[in-house]
Amino acid sequence: MAGQHKLTIEGNEAAAYIAHRTNEVIAIYPITPSSAMGEMSDTWSNQGRKNLWGAIPEVVEMQSEAGAAGTVHGSLQSGALTTTFTSSQGLLLMIPNMYKIAGELTSAVFHVAARSIAAQALSIFGDHSDVMAVRQTGFAMLSSNSVQEVMDFALIAQAATLRGRIPLLHFFDGFRTSHEVNQVEVPDDDILRSMLPAALIRAHRKRGLTPDAPVLRGSSQNPDVYFQGRESVNPYYDAMPDIVQACFDAYAELTGRQYRLFEYHGAEDAERIIVIMGSGAEAAHETVDHLLARGEKVGLLKVRLYRPFSSAHLIAAIPATVKKIAVLDRTKEPGAGGEPLYKDVVTALAEYSGSGGDRFAAMPRITGGRYGLSSKEFTPGMIKAVFDELAGKAPKNHFTIGIHDDLTMSSLAWDEIHVDANTGVTRCMFYGLGSDGTVSANKNSIKIIGEDNDRYAQGYFVYDSKKAGAVTISHLRFGPKPIHSSYLIGHDEADFVACHQPLFLERYDMLAHAAEGAVFLLNSHHPADVVWHELTKTMQQQMIDKKLQFYVIDAYKVATESGMGRRINTVMQTCFFAISGVLAKDEAIIRIKQAVEKTYGRKGAKIIERNFAAIDAALACLHKVEVPELASSSSQMPLPVAANAPAFVRQITGEIIAGRGNAIPVSRMPADGTWPLGTAAFEKRNLALEIPVWDEEICIHCGKCPFVCPHAAIRAKVFTPEDAAGAPASFKHVPVIGREFDDGMQISYQVAPEDCTGCGLCVEICPVRDKSNASHKALNMAPQPPLREQESENWAFFLTLPEYNREQIRWNGMKGAMLAQPLFEFSGACVGCGETPYIKLATQLFGDRMVIANATGCSSIYGGNLPTTPYTTNSEGRGPAWSNSLFEDNAEFGLGFRLAIDAHRDYAEQLLQAAELQLDAGLIATIMAADQSHEPGIHEQRKRIGQLKEQLTAIDSEMARDLESVADYLVKKSVWIIGGDGWAYDIGFGGLDHVLASGRNVNILVLDTEVYSNTGGQMSKSTPLGAVAKFAAGGKAVAKKDLSMIAMAYEHVYVGHVAYGARDMQTLKTFIEAESYDGPSLIIAYSPCIAHGVDLSHNIRQQELVVNSGHMNLLRFDPRRIAEGKNPLQLDSKKPTIPYRDFAKTEARFAMLWSTHPEAAEALMQRAQAGVLERFHHYEQLASLSYDKDEDAS
Amino acid sequence: MIDLSTDYLGMKLKNPLVPSASPLARNLDLAKRLEDAGAAAIVMNSLFEEEVSEDEERLDHLMHHQEIGHGEASSYLPADAAYKTHLEAYLEQLEGLKQSLEIPVIASLNGTTPGGWVAHARELEQAGADALELNVYYMPNDLSQTSVDVEKRYIEVLTAVNREVRIPVIMKLSSQFSSVGNFVQQLAAAGVDGVSLFNRYYLPDIDLETLAVVPSLKLSSSVESRLSMRWIAILAGRVDITLAATSGIHTADDAIKLLLAGADVTHMCSALLHHGPEYLGEVLKGIELWMQEHEYTSISQLKGSVSHAKAIDPAAFERSNYIKTLDSFHSPDGVWR
Repeated sequence: MAGQHKLTIEGNEAAAYIAHRTNEVIAIYPITPSSAMGEMSDTWSNQGRKNLWGAIPEVVEMQSEAGAAGTVHGSLQSGALTTTFTSSQGLLLMIPNMYKIAGELTSAVFHVAARSIAAQALSIFGDHSDVMAVRQTGFAMLSSNSVQEVMDFALIAQAATLRGRIPLLHFFDGFRTSHEVNQVEVPDDDILRSMLPAALIRAHRKRGLTPDAPVLRGSSQNPDVYFQGRESVNPYYDAMPDIVQACFDAYAELTGRQYRLFEYHGAEDAERIIVIMGSGAEAAHETVDHLLARGEKVGLLKVRLYRPFSSAHLIAAIPATVKKIAVLDRTKEPGAGGEPLYKDVVTALAEYSGSGGDRFAAMPRITGGRYGLSSKEFTPGMIKAVFDELAGKAPKNHFTIGIHDDLTMSSLAWDEIHVDANTGVTRCMFYGLGSDGTVSANKNSIKIIGEDNDRYAQGYFVYDSKKAGAVTISHLRFGPKPIHSSYLIGHDEADFVACHQPLFLERYDMLAHAAEGAVFLLNSHHPADVVWHELTKTMQQQMIDKKLQFYVIDAYKVATESGMGRRINTVMQTCFFAISGVLAKDEAIIRIKQAVEKTYGRKGAKIIERNFAAIDAALACLHKVEVPELASSSSQMPLPVAANAPAFVRQITGEIIAGRGNAIPVSRMPADGTWPLGTAAFEKRNLALEIPVWDEEICIHCGKCPFVCPHAAIRAKVFTPEDAAGAPASFKHVPVIGREFDDGMQISYQVAPEDCTGCGLCVEICPVRDKSNASHKALNMAPQPPLREQESENWAFFLTLPEYNREQIRWNGMKGAMLAQPLFEFSGACVGCGETPYIKLATQLFGDRMVIANATGCSSIYGGNLPTTPYTTNSEGRGPAWSNSLFEDNAEFGLGFRLAIDAHRDYAEQLLQAAELQLDAGLIATIMAADQSHEPGIHEQRKRIGQLKEQLTAIDSEMARDLESVADYLVKKSVWIIGGDGWAYDIGFGGLDHVLASGRNVNILVLDTEVYSNTGGQMSKSTPLGAVAKFAAGGKAVAKKDLSMIAMAYEHVYVGHVAYGARDMQTLKTFIEAESYDGPSLIIAYSPCIAHGVDLSHNIRQQELVVNSGHMNLLRFDPRRIAEGKNPLQLDSKKPTIPYRDFAKTEARFAMLWSTHPEAAEALMQRAQAGVLERFHHYEQLASLSYDKDEDAS
Repeated sequence: MIDLSTDYLGMKLKNPLVPSASPLARNLDLAKRLEDAGAAAIVMNSLFEEEVSEDEERLDHLMHHQEIGHGEASSYLPADAAYKTHLEAYLEQLEGLKQSLEIPVIASLNGTTPGGWVAHARELEQAGADALELNVYYMPNDLSQTSVDVEKRYIEVLTAVNREVRIPVIMKLSSQFSSVGNFVQQLAAAGVDGVSLFNRYYLPDIDLETLAVVPSLKLSSSVESRLSMRWIAILAGRVDITLAATSGIHTADDAIKLLLAGADVTHMCSALLHHGPEYLGEVLKGIELWMQEHEYTSISQLKGSVSHAKAIDPAAFERSNYIKTLDSFHSPDGVWR
């Protein structure tokens, strides 16, 4: 069709393309998986890309989705074409405004990448829980099933809302559609203009509020008229389905793509049909075709316009021969009589039949089922199972498909099938590391192949939730027809399987996916004549049985020798094209090289050279391995967790780690979202190429290395020589330095070799240098593989050593404090993460009596994303109790903890003093008067509570039982509220402020990375002046919010500002002081992050620069000092000693601005320099104010 | 009327004062002020091979390799197509200088390898550079490298660049060659249009607190020009290429001495950074004044008049100061006692 061009893009880009072309204002807030739509819009506006009418859309990032919705509402009410993008919790926050926007009949489109809603757990993946939660707002709802439909419906939605005045929610499945790469036809501007007549836009503008023609909108109405007002919109809703259909028809005229409100596909005389909406309809479409070819009378009804729900159109679309209908919902409404789409269909048919409709010989039997929650696979085999179930006499209702429900037996069983649609399609799978470029190379391959008019390609990428050493599995399909398979490549289906990291051979059963005769490509340093013997027996047998063609390449060698370092993506991509047969080899090589040239252009001559060298060398180093007839290996794939792990860890955690979580039945899942601690220790990830080696001869036992370790992978213990008896020969320990320790006591600094990520920060911080060799420290990095076995043995022994007695620890020094056991270990955070050392420190200091409210973000992902958690317990079973409520409410959530704990304590005290119990008066008195301001005090109190409980066992009364249940609250508990700057400065600020004002004893730890880290580096109000971030591509034009100053203004809040890598003792002191303060404490902790554009191996240097340049002033504001006549503010930073520029130029987030906007960069830098000096001066003056009352009097 | 003109790389310059590679050329206004003060040509700040490579790496990272495999974020910094590399900025600056100045503009490339970066020479020529200064900075810390290997490397770079461009090429050298004169002859034979003597390198320093090795670069002093002076004097008249004097030329006296020794042009940098662009006019005036007082009529007349070949005591250029001091009881030739 004329007026269109082909593009290879993701669903998010398809929606954003139309939204940006057809709007004037875009107000957003980042949330997965819709963030990319806002980011692309912002990038395009920054590049000066214009909308259809020649204006550059204004893109504004708000402090929350609630804020975005308010802004959208205001902009719409002022007559601008306005849109937003969101998902999940974000959409929920928009609900109040959605009612308003709809109630006022305002033309607008919201684009939603539909996602699960946090219930028993958060999930970022796709289903319809969010959009179903807004179906009552009055918005029309239009569902796209594929990337092409996203492009088409985004435009049709815009056209329809302008015509019908009802705002429209356009949704598509998060990840499955929002992140799928596919080919789409892009309608040209002429088509856009035809769909959006200027008169309609003028009419929208004219409805806007203006003092030149003033009206009042948004009144309050009383019982007399509100109801009538609500009903006054009915004609608009009645008309909307026909308007949308008219838009579909007009669009078909222009593009040749015809859609319908309810679109039937299947046999004309179908007896069994499925009703569905979203990407699952694509798989269902393929399955119906497959079944039709086998003579089955089946069909599929795709729901496009879900609201207003047009029963008449629905009935008319169902063949009159239909006897049974299964309605599938991608959501769950616990306790409801059925899920929403099912109920809508039932209602429509019941009303139709009940009012004498005679289209069907008998009212069809309707069942409802749930599928695909949180991107759960929805495959042809599952769809066939639904049809098969319908064929039975009494098809199960309220069923589930895709899981094994052995609890309430809701699930249907299924067998996987290979559908006809896959004939002629080449399916390829790639196992890569997140950081090795596998995904970007595959996206590139799809573009290379998608350039051909007669070839189609599809890509979908599966990620794990780790940030360091994340695994990516790419699923690519290539074929002669457009590809609609909305599910992963299954077992025995892949024509090509590539393993980009040999480490994965130990972890994943990747050849289970290989089809017979498939090609298997392995990156291995073993030569072709040896590599066979390095495989497990299972793999060897799979290769023999499936007659696989086996190729091997040492991609790291090729990459290193071509100057590409550890970036193997080009090498592996070349091998893929060379042996997969997707394109002719020579042609493919030319195209890869063209793509490289196109990617880098003149900006990367050297990189092009290197890539070309890698491409050529890859072909030369790719070897075919002859597969023997017999499997000879004796090795088997290791267990995902140790065999002696607890049963729960083996059966649940281990299975998830191994990638078999889909098979876990319902009965094994904790029903209320409760999980055990200490599981990260079972997941040995072996990520480090190099690990630290301790030189005990020169070490001064300063304790800095365990302090800075982001993963708690290097630890200190002090123990007796007797404890060390039986140590492995290579286990190092020496007499500990320091008079505080008994004579002969030993110390060891031991690394956990399989948990260390190799960031090198412990070596970086080590202050000791060999007097005869400045490059040799007391810790030095050395290759991990030769040390792995020996150090694992040493680590295992180290763990058996007793922990140092907490009562004897000298907390005022790093050496002492670091003897405390961290109860946060081996998280999935980035290599060199700047946040985790703070959390780890808090758990060392207070972990055994700590309860944590964690805002959503990086810290909730590495803290609580399955399969494992880094939070753990001590030998007494105590440890941090952790929970995540939401992003926006974390301070309030944590305050709730405090209120409950205090209530329990108060009740315990009340019971303790109740005469009826006749408890030991002396014990009661000491419990009540206990000084718990230090470790020995807490230890003593615990002992007393033990005695109390013992006494209580002898008392037979309800009161005694009650006191038993709350007695532990008589030991001081430490409430921690942890989150990032996105939470504290933006979305959660209102709550944070209120909790600070409450005066209650909570400790708020803000892990300040100065951007939204988890969602990919969007600007927050903490982002510094002049820094580039997403939504601040031209450099942030206003200064970072001074949260300390705001908190200090209350005068009753303890405030600390710390940077652990710059002044470690100040950090330690601040944590101890903050926790000891009986009121709200706020610690703002500077946290270097990959989003700063600096390698995190320089994490410590960056913190020094941050402090020395005055970007951040270390300070402590302790309200207790006021009573002592002292100034509460202590400035722990000196006047800036280096120019601000010297700090800024070391981080890409600042430095890149000199390359993109040099003049703005210069101006912002000057303002930033002036700003830090002024702020320091201001703080200096505040810190020098006199609080001495006597002095005032005189 | 004194004729201050001189020849430089086949170009006729109105005087021998040419500001050398410095931050002054980065700014169009400052460059214009240099021209107004009398600069005869201007050498741009160097485009460093390392900068170009670093740019490529950074861009590569920003545009294509931000992903860490996390499902929630495929990047962390906005990749901006407007990102300008050092090369692009340099070419833009060169074009700007060519537009706003009338004097010749010499582009400067600084690198160590005969690799891809020499291709940039052509881009500089296309952007309007009148000549190209090659600043090869190579530290042979591989002890198996002989002086011949090192010299060969320079010649390879020169040959590669000459293949790319038609404009004159001048090489800026350090003094650290076993036989500077012979090496300059080799370069001349390989087609260099001139040499600039001598380059100053950043020198490493040790921080006594951290024991870290840190860079140090101090502005030059007049004393440093003496080394250039010696070798220019030795080479003057013996090689048929432009001889440019650089490092330590701070005053009119410094410049005159170098010209007397045989330099075609004298480069200035530190003094201009210290005193400002207008200082060049004062130096120029000083040269004219000296020439008037000493009754010289043209630069070509005095150029090389105290070269090794023509000096009263050529041996003085050969000896080291120590010997000269010991022998200073000898009367200079022509002095009666």
